[in-house]
Amino acid sequence: MKLAIKYFGQLAEITECSEEEFEFSGMKISDLREALFLKYSKLSNKDFQIAQNQVLVSDDTEITTNEIALLPPFAGG
Amino acid sequence: MENKKPKNVFKEGAISSQFIADSIAKHQSKTGIGAHNIFLGQVRADEVNGKVVSAIEYTAYEEMANQKFYEIREAAFEKFDLNCMHIYHSIGKVNTGEICLFVFVSSPRRKEVFPAIEFIVEEIKANVPVFGKEIFEDESHQWKVNS
Repeated sequence: MKLAIKYFGQLAEITECSEEEFEFSGMKISDLREALFLKYSKLSNKDFQIAQNQVLVSDDTEITTNEIALLPPFAGG
Repeated sequence: MENKKPKNVFKEGAISSQFIADSIAKHQSKTGIGAHNIFLGQVRADEVNGKVVSAIEYTAYEEMANQKFYEIREAAFEKFDLNCMHIYHSIGKVNTGEICLFVFVSSPRRKEVFPAIEFIVEEIKANVPVFGKEIFEDESHQWKVNS
């Protein structure tokens, strides 16, 4: 399936884009992490959470929508 | 959550003292209020390895952030006896010494507003996807992490 992935903060510096389409054949968030680490090896050193459809999800969550975001540590306020 | 659409909490650049003053003035007609409490987040000139932060440039996953602000707002109304509540967060560049977060709660009684403001600010820090690029005086940068 074709995912629309958004990258924020220092993660967008690594990917050199804030959003991209990403062709993906896995099932879970953990599979997606692996696929992204293959494309962007520097991501594997970074601390980030993943949101699916604007909700934070864990590694064993199944991917059911195409709106994905990689979120580095929060710094609001 | 139902059908209500979250409001946009973000304001471009720093939050001015005039804006804050005007917000306070707007409550004079709400005479059921007996106590206000305000939290203002200000950009600090941290020193890191001899370099001083001169500004923070904020970005956010805005759709998710506005939804989170909305949930925090609903939770605060549920927990505390509040007449009203306003939250504004900067997006874009805010210089040191300027205000980047404005939280304003009002209640009939003072005892509600102290825990309410703390609850809201801590929830924002922990759960809202806002990111801060700390820009140093020499134009280099690092990424802020809430502690």
